Amino acid sequence: MPTTRGAKLLRNPGFVIGATIVGLAAIIAILAPWIVPYDPFVIDLDRRLVPPSFMEGGDPRNFLGTDQLGRDYFSRLIYGTRISMVIGVLTVITSGLIGITMGVLGGFYGGKIDDAVVFAITTRLSIPAVLVALAVAALRGSSFLLVVLVLGFLLWDRFAVVARSTTMQIRNLDYVSAAWCAGASQWWVLSREVLPNIATHLAVVATLEMALAILLEAALSFLGLGVPPPLPSWGLMISEAKEYMFFSPWVIMIPGAALFILVLGVNFLGDALRDMMGTDLSR
Amino acid sequence: MLRFFLRRFAVAVAVALTVLTLAFLLTRVSGDLAISIAGPNATAEDVEAIRIAYGLNRPLWVQYFDWLGRAVQGDFGESYFFRDRVSNLIATRMPVTLTLGFVGLAVALVVSLPLGILAAVREGSWVDRLVGLVAMIGQAMPSFWLGLVLMIVFGLQLAWLPISGNDEWQGYIMPGVVLAFSAIPSLTRLTRSGMIEALASDYIRTARAKGLTRLSILVKHGFRNAAIPVVSIAAVQLGFMLGGSVVIETIFALHGVGYLAWESISKNDFPVVQAVVLVLAIIYIGLTLLADLLNAVLDPRLRTA
Repeated sequence: MPTTRGAKLLRNPGFVIGATIVGLAAIIAILAPWIVPYDPFVIDLDRRLVPPSFMEGGDPRNFLGTDQLGRDYFSRLIYGTRISMVIGVLTVITSGLIGITMGVLGGFYGGKIDDAVVFAITTRLSIPAVLVALAVAALRGSSFLLVVLVLGFLLWDRFAVVARSTTMQIRNLDYVSAAWCAGASQWWVLSREVLPNIATHLAVVATLEMALAILLEAALSFLGLGVPPPLPSWGLMISEAKEYMFFSPWVIMIPGAALFILVLGVNFLGDALRDMMGTDLSR
Repeated sequence: MLRFFLRRFAVAVAVALTVLTLAFLLTRVSGDLAISIAGPNATAEDVEAIRIAYGLNRPLWVQYFDWLGRAVQGDFGESYFFRDRVSNLIATRMPVTLTLGFVGLAVALVVSLPLGILAAVREGSWVDRLVGLVAMIGQAMPSFWLGLVLMIVFGLQLAWLPISGNDEWQGYIMPGVVLAFSAIPSLTRLTRSGMIEALASDYIRTARAKGLTRLSILVKHGFRNAAIPVVSIAAVQLGFMLGGSVVIETIFALHGVGYLAWESISKNDFPVVQAVVLVLAIIYIGLTLLADLLNAVLDPRLRTA
């Protein structure tokens, strides 16, 4: 069974594209210090806004040019991959822990517990996430950790929705009943019977949430309340460069395109996983 | 039907009250409000004076019930920065945000409905896959970046549209398109799956057997049934769009409530931020309630649920 699934995935062009993009991004994120040609934080005010080497006026020393402070754009872009990937993964872990716990408990026990979980999901959905994230960042002062925590505490809703509905579907199936009859504890049934069987559905949600977290981090950083400077978050790079975008559009095109491609790759991956399961979880 | 309505309404009120409480807690637990209001250059005496002036020295539960009692009457206090009633500020800015939301929703529907129907009619073909790809691209597009790119192309290079501001109606076109991008993927997918389900049903086969034209089958029998979930999701999406308008209003300098919230956040003007969060949440709650009721009216099968 796993081999046929694997073979099917490899024939899916969406999966191949998505896995390539995300895999490359992961490698770049891990190896960033060894890939970059220059220190991404070193300022050189004599060489500001040098266009990319393939454009008119470019300098072969800086493949993607330099930013408004003369920092090497390619090096900053590489480090930006690291920020986006780490934020994406950490947010998914945080929101996954919250959402899956709530969803599984609600779906498994039903009754009052489920009512409470549904109420929490409804409340969460009615709160404008971006606005609250901005307000919290303004009150507490923005930092890398704060962005992860705020996004993690705001993006658990879909995990909870999917974990709840899939748990409900399987809680009365024969193998779960069999485990009960065999005298398994609640903890055993939840962790050994329920969780593994809803894991693929949760993997799809994880990709959707990772894509969303990466986009939201960029948006928050763009508004100046996400990852603080001088860290080269792609959103922050776009924000810092936007004063110059009318004269040299490439300063916003490059980080924006990187962001778009990474998020597209994550979405392709999720879509392929969903196709494999033949279910539709899209809102 | 009445039972269903009452139950849904009670839940909506409970959710609204929870959001009110959370909005209050948001400004009290994350840092000292008095220090934030006073600003970076304030002395300890200044902070103390502000604490007394704004009643922040009272016990937390007294502040809470005082605030709650006023908030449910639509009194959100006075803005520290604008020196105006918060309710006034929101009332004057709201039309801009609502206009933007409706323009965004209209653009989203105009794009998603035909795409979704087309994909459903040609299910499994390259057209279907192309529509899926378009939805995927829309989902991956960073909205703030798209806004800037449109500004460069249509605002500066082609000079067709104003770069920012909402003094003329053209100022709503670019922000509306950008906002629509957030709703297009889910609306398209939903239209597609609804249409596929409708087209596979018995009544479509009957209509075909009666010899009705293709177009009439599609519109009268297929789309009418597929439209039910789309209508309710469109209402929910409008709520999401209004909540997400803060980024787009900031980029395009549209003076709506999102921009107001942004200005207030950067000025530490928390009564305004709190009120905007609340108003947007309550609009969302109202829209989802409306969507549920609309669903129940259009589809009697859901009423007992």
